[in-house]
Amino acid sequence: MTDPAASARLRGRAETLAGSLPPLLAEAERLAASVMLGAHGRRRAGLGDEFWQYRPAHPGDEARVIDWRRSARSDAHFVREKEWQAAQSVVFWVDGSRAMDFSGDRGRPPKADRARLLALAASVLLIKGGERVGLTAPAVTPRSGNAQLLRLAMSLGGMGEAGAAGAADIEDTADYGAPQAGSLPPHGRAVFLSDFLGDPAGVEAALTRAADAGVRGALVQVLDPVEEAFPFDGRTIFESMSGALRHETLRAGDLRGRYLERLAERKDRLAALARLTGWQYLCHHSAEPPLGALLWLYHALEGGR
Amino acid sequence: MWVLGPIGFAAPWLLLGLGALPLLWLLLRAVPPAPIRRRFPGVALLLGLRDDRPETDRTPWWLLLLRMLALAAAILAFAGPVLNPKAGEAGRGPLLILTDGSWASARDWARRTDRITALLQDAARAGRPVAVVSLTDLPAQAKDGAGGPQFMEARAWESRLPNIQPKPWAPDAASVARWAAALQGSFQTYWLSDGLARDGRPALLAALERHGTVRVFESPRPIYALRPPAFRDGAIEVTALRAGTGPRARIDVAARGPGPSGAERVLAQAALTFAPGASEATARLQLQPELRNRITRFQIDGSRSAGAISLTDDALKRRKVALMGPPDRERLQLLSPLFYLREALAPTTDLIDGSFDDILLAAPDVIILADVAKLSPNQEKELLAWTRKGGLLVRFAGPRLAASDVSREAEDPLMPVRLRLGGRTVGGAMSWGQPKTLAPFAKDSPFYGLTIPDDVTVKAQVLAQPDPTLSKRTIASLADGTPLVTRKAVGKGQVVLFHVTANAEWSTLPLSGLFVQMLNRLAVSTRPERPDAAQMKGTTWVPVRLLDAFGTARDAGQMAGLPGERLVAAQAGPDTPPGLYRSDDRRLALNVTDAKTVLKPAAWPADIEVEGLSAAHETPLAWILLCAALILFLLDLLASMALSGHLRRGARAGTQAEARSGARAGTTALLVLIALAANPGQGRAQNITKPGDAFAIQATAGVVLAHVLTGDARVDAVAQAGLQGLSDVLTERTSVEPKTPMGVNIETDELAFFPILYWPITADEPIPSAKAYAKLNEYLRTGGMIVFDTRDADLAVGGAVTPNQRRLRQIALGLDIPPLSPVPKDHVLTRAFYLIQDYPGRYDSGITWVEAAPPDAKKVEGMPFRNLNDGVTPVVIGSNDWAAAWAVNAHGLPMFPVGSGYAGERQREIAYRFGVNLIMYVLTGNYKSDQVHVPALLERLGQ
Repeated sequence: MTDPAASARLRGRAETLAGSLPPLLAEAERLAASVMLGAHGRRRAGLGDEFWQYRPAHPGDEARVIDWRRSARSDAHFVREKEWQAAQSVVFWVDGSRAMDFSGDRGRPPKADRARLLALAASVLLIKGGERVGLTAPAVTPRSGNAQLLRLAMSLGGMGEAGAAGAADIEDTADYGAPQAGSLPPHGRAVFLSDFLGDPAGVEAALTRAADAGVRGALVQVLDPVEEAFPFDGRTIFESMSGALRHETLRAGDLRGRYLERLAERKDRLAALARLTGWQYLCHHSAEPPLGALLWLYHALEGGR
Repeated sequence: MWVLGPIGFAAPWLLLGLGALPLLWLLLRAVPPAPIRRRFPGVALLLGLRDDRPETDRTPWWLLLLRMLALAAAILAFAGPVLNPKAGEAGRGPLLILTDGSWASARDWARRTDRITALLQDAARAGRPVAVVSLTDLPAQAKDGAGGPQFMEARAWESRLPNIQPKPWAPDAASVARWAAALQGSFQTYWLSDGLARDGRPALLAALERHGTVRVFESPRPIYALRPPAFRDGAIEVTALRAGTGPRARIDVAARGPGPSGAERVLAQAALTFAPGASEATARLQLQPELRNRITRFQIDGSRSAGAISLTDDALKRRKVALMGPPDRERLQLLSPLFYLREALAPTTDLIDGSFDDILLAAPDVIILADVAKLSPNQEKELLAWTRKGGLLVRFAGPRLAASDVSREAEDPLMPVRLRLGGRTVGGAMSWGQPKTLAPFAKDSPFYGLTIPDDVTVKAQVLAQPDPTLSKRTIASLADGTPLVTRKAVGKGQVVLFHVTANAEWSTLPLSGLFVQMLNRLAVSTRPERPDAAQMKGTTWVPVRLLDAFGTARDAGQMAGLPGERLVAAQAGPDTPPGLYRSDDRRLALNVTDAKTVLKPAAWPADIEVEGLSAAHETPLAWILLCAALILFLLDLLASMALSGHLRRGARAGTQAEARSGARAGTTALLVLIALAANPGQGRAQNITKPGDAFAIQATAGVVLAHVLTGDARVDAVAQAGLQGLSDVLTERTSVEPKTPMGVNIETDELAFFPILYWPITADEPIPSAKAYAKLNEYLRTGGMIVFDTRDADLAVGGAVTPNQRRLRQIALGLDIPPLSPVPKDHVLTRAFYLIQDYPGRYDSGITWVEAAPPDAKKVEGMPFRNLNDGVTPVVIGSNDWAAAWAVNAHGLPMFPVGSGYAGERQREIAYRFGVNLIMYVLTGNYKSDQVHVPALLERLGQ
């Protein structure tokens, strides 16, 4: 099922990409809603690693919490308080549908590769910043720590392997995917990576639901340059990746203009949807270097207002 | 058949099919290409879109053109095109095909037979009776003048054709005229001329024209022939002839003969250039006597006829004759015993003077002792050995010989006869009788046939002791029967004694021409020019090797000898075939040409049609066109597949645009290829670096240690690592800072760049080629050093030779390796940098060998070392696997363990020190040895 070597490769590439960025310390807007400990100072005393303040010891404080070094400088006893820290939950949805397996050129990896790479690179950054990262499908509960990174890599890598290897799985997998917003942690962050070429209704529903739950995030549309350019001509039968959808034309070149119109319309619709729900939208091409998209994602998750 | 220019069509009506091509064009355009299936996720966005125009894309024009061409080629092919279609040769009635069949025809005999075959085929088609006649080999019935040529069915001649072969001589004018006179009836004549003018040719033409028309076939290629080379002024003059004049032309003439191994090879080569308009070209060849004497024939390169070959005989051979007389005293030159010999021999031989030892070293063919009586026993022994091996010793008598005891009691091995005491004098002032004349030479004498001038008289001579063998040994005698010249065989050689002096003191013989001729007959001297009939009188010459018309020499087999006077007057002909003739030790070549031969092109009257030899054959073109059509159809198939994306099955989704541009690029590449093929040689003008440059630059960037590549990857890697380790140590400890070591292929790489070659020996290493050996020897001679390492510590079972050692011996067989000895204790290697006494590598039990010290090297009292100043040993041979001890890996750590524990590390250290000493020794030579002199030098400076 999951090939350790493949996931290790994916993780290695992701870490290489993430290594060139400073650690992401996402600002948490909703500190109170989440109680898990993390790296975000909550501007009040609590459990954490960073120093917050000294306060005089109260009766009832355990003797072990008294900071003896500070207390020795005066007559009173002081307790050293630390800042209460909490982490942000970020959940990724990477489209595993068959449309993502498309690549317009032999030398170019399929779109799914790029999407998984971006997701994991962002995860590396986030986990370095102490955030908790998870996946919606296959569901991985958001956690922090390097072990989680390993789990993410295994899940993402396994997804790719399953898509490429098992013929039975291919039959099961749909042509186009829709994000699953059901398992999003409330008030967390979410990132959807897909080509969004399928029915936009699914995306709309998921986004609306996410917005209702206070989740904000980013839509990354990964497209192959061929899908952007439509460089076809002559008599052609176009088929979706599974062959379920097909369209025959005698002069493919004549369709180009209208296809591009529809694509632009789809992008506009996604951008509008994102604006409406407070999300951010990016269209990324698999021929471009992934660093630009990662930077954008970094900023989108950091600012995200 | 329908003829269009040089091409005829067998089925011309099929060409109408070409008219259907435009129709096909329209048809092909209308049929749409097959749809392409593409996987494309964006199809979701395409759903519901409709085509504007329900018409497909057209097939590209070039594909249509390709199909048109293919079809056109097929139509043309089936129309049966033929190149050079034959319009039937005119003529009927009997046909006489005449060929010269001379040596000049041999050069293109194959084409002549082809032409004759073609003519025969034509005649067979026309049903004409044919006769084929070769002028050098006239049919038997024609020789006696009865009957004409034998006209037969053409097919019968085809089987007889191989029997007609050219002869290495020219047609005999007289017999041809006789044959022509006997011709009867009317017939047409095709004459395949060899292109040379001859007597009797116009007459023959006239005779043939009386019987019918004559057509002449002649090759326009120039005819070359070689005159017998002559020896003039110390060089061989080679003269080539050509028929007629022409533009500037260059031919190469090769002198061939047995090489040192006995196999025939080219000994010298001369380029002859005919000036424009000249019919002769001459070149002069300067050759060493040894080389010149080996030449057996001269040959024009690339010409296959007897005329292009000139066999050489004694005329070119110059013998080395050594002259020894009695110790010179002040005397008149004319009285010197050697004067007349010198005069007689100098024009035709190479004379050697000097001391006895010098003479034998020069390996003379003949030694002449004029009045030399006593030889030291040692000289006698050497002279006898030389004679036994085939030397000719000629002795002349004289006062000293007469006065000595040589061959008096017992026959001296170096004298043919025993001598009587004192000799005799006749016809002098104080004696009775008249000076004696010579008796005619006997039939078995080598001088038989020579004319004896009347004025040759003998006044004094030494007398032979009567003996049973005397008469057999006498080859010339005086009129009264006393021997004048005697001869006996000694081993393979012979000893000849002239019973008179070599000067005019005792006889007038040395003053006469007979003296020279006699020396000539004895093969002391060789004749400079062709002998005349008088000289040849009485000799019989047996053919040894004969030439055929193609210039191939064959053994003559059993043939009767020819009298000399006939041979010398003969031209090459049926009775005197050209070749090499022999009489005793003398050889005479009879060549096709002689010194006076001139080649002239045949002149034909204006009304005679002269055609070339090349028979124009019908060439059916159908298969070429069919192949072209097939190839075009295949191209069409490929192009169609490319267009429909079937060629790019590997890609998950190819685009038609890419396929199209790919096809276009392919076409362009094809066109460029065709252009390049049609225009080779251009476009590679500049930026040519020689293949070895990078190697040379790397090797000369600094001091580079090198190892010989053995072909065993592991051994080579260890050698490389070992030299790297040694280079590191040198860099650390000394001022020698070698660059990265290099592997050297001794077959291909230049060796001169490296001060030292480390050569690990493996048991299955290939033996270097002769070229590589030459390079290695040159390397050793010019100061390179090779370190051989058998890497086995001489450890062999039962004291035998290890396989590596055996291989080393085989390899070293071809190398100039001086005598070797184990490294002496005072060798410079022991103190070139470190003081060492052992030369361990990974092993330390093997013996290390270097060039042995000169035998006269002595240790001087008080000096620690012998005085061994000169020479650096060219080889160091050992078996301690030094490279393994030196080898380090990429991290600078030793690759192999040496010994055990601390002692092992010590051994490795000593191995490194040996390496340092070795490199120091190679780079500085015997500098350390010269240090021995420092005290002496200092002392001298102090004074």
